[in-house]
Amino acid sequence: MKPILTEQQMSLTVKRLAQQVLENHPGLDNTVLIGLQPRGVQLSNRIVQLLQEQLSPEKVVYGKLDITFYRDDIRKELHIANKTEIPFSIENKNVVLIDDVLFTGRTIRSALDALLDFGRPAKVQLCVLIDRRFSRELPIQPDYVGRTIDTFVSQKVKVYWQEKDERDAVELLDH
Amino acid sequence: MKLSTKHLLGIRSLQPEDIQLILSTAAQFKEVLQRPVKKVPSLRDVTIVNLFYENSTRTRMSFELAERRLSADVLNFAASTSSAAKGETLLDTVNNILSMKVDMVVMRHSASGAPHFLSQHIPAAIVNAGDGINEHPTQALLDAFSMQEKFGKLQGLKVAIIGDIMHSRVALSNIYLLKKMGADITVAGPPTLIPKYITDALGVNVTYNVEEVLRWCDVANVLRIQLERQNQPLFSSLREYNLAYGINRRMLERLPKEITIMHPGPINRGVELDSDVADGPHSIILNQVENGVATRMAVLYLLANREN
Repeated sequence: MKPILTEQQMSLTVKRLAQQVLENHPGLDNTVLIGLQPRGVQLSNRIVQLLQEQLSPEKVVYGKLDITFYRDDIRKELHIANKTEIPFSIENKNVVLIDDVLFTGRTIRSALDALLDFGRPAKVQLCVLIDRRFSRELPIQPDYVGRTIDTFVSQKVKVYWQEKDERDAVELLDH
Repeated sequence: MKLSTKHLLGIRSLQPEDIQLILSTAAQFKEVLQRPVKKVPSLRDVTIVNLFYENSTRTRMSFELAERRLSADVLNFAASTSSAAKGETLLDTVNNILSMKVDMVVMRHSASGAPHFLSQHIPAAIVNAGDGINEHPTQALLDAFSMQEKFGKLQGLKVAIIGDIMHSRVALSNIYLLKKMGADITVAGPPTLIPKYITDALGVNVTYNVEEVLRWCDVANVLRIQLERQNQPLFSSLREYNLAYGINRRMLERLPKEITIMHPGPINRGVELDSDVADGPHSIILNQVENGVATRMAVLYLLANREN
């Protein structure tokens, strides 16, 4: 096991990601944030909370997207669907997708398909806590990155969140 | 998490965990059906045939819509307009259809056990859409989904099933399902339409007094009088049935608490339900129809995943 982010680093990184999103979308005027179920939602909850403290809470439009029914590995493994909550229109909006770890890019591919079924956004950006570069199987790149790491395909990146794991940390596991 | 079964032949062969998985997946599909694009690509490589040896409106359209919403390719077969009318056997018909590379069979048949028979002879996954007087599992699942949506739980819910229990596959599937999920059930209707040993066999309460069961229950699932399955007179007339066992608005107004009215359709208006009850504020009959699509999507999605 190799630590990638400690609790302190993680807190700083999440704050930076929130600031970078705000820097590119002043006041979040025409921007919505969408966390990917299940694991991206912990990160998006934190980012949304930080943004709500800076702006007024009603300025932050926040949804959650589950991509289970759009997966391309549906025959290999059955995933349990989580709740999708997008109670607003994304038509002509800037959408920032938020996920914890970017690996092969297949989840984001599915998320883009799912997202387009809700309307036609003006622009879609991607925000991730960890980017496992050189592991991509599709031409997908993030716009906001917490930490870029080099890994073997056989390794596993584990993100722990206070809310469910009782500590904040990111670790690289060998398998 | 997976279903413990390859086919959905009946509720009897399901585990409570299977039912829970289907209901929770159905809730997610219900959200899909509220989106601007009410369709997901999950089953775009799956071909499904709807094999209907018996007439149906709701169930067939609901299955077909569920299949299309999942992006499956859909074939429709109605016995009345096919070579079955020339005497082709069930197994021959199905094998011919399967040789066209069909992955799943949704089937309704007037003979009880027809899908069970088929499941022993063909590799495709089978969904029972009603077999004779045996089971109608997706109806029970959508009824349970509708009850859970309304009351938040099934455990401890008091459910009355009223009417033609003897000939009703909806009743049997509902009883199996609700027992597995911990609900209390009382069946009510004329003695001639309630099987004699049902209490011992299925563990439900029996009453012949509709007013009494309405006072007891949270939900009344009212069944259709199935004249087509009765080959001997089991009550004197539809009018008399309505007077003794039909539900009207005055009966509901006399009750100490509000109850919910369900009906699997098609309704015989003025027989088992009066129109002011069927269309009244207590009725969730049209919600049941809406939930049917989401529930069937869940069943098809979960069974299609069993391929490998």
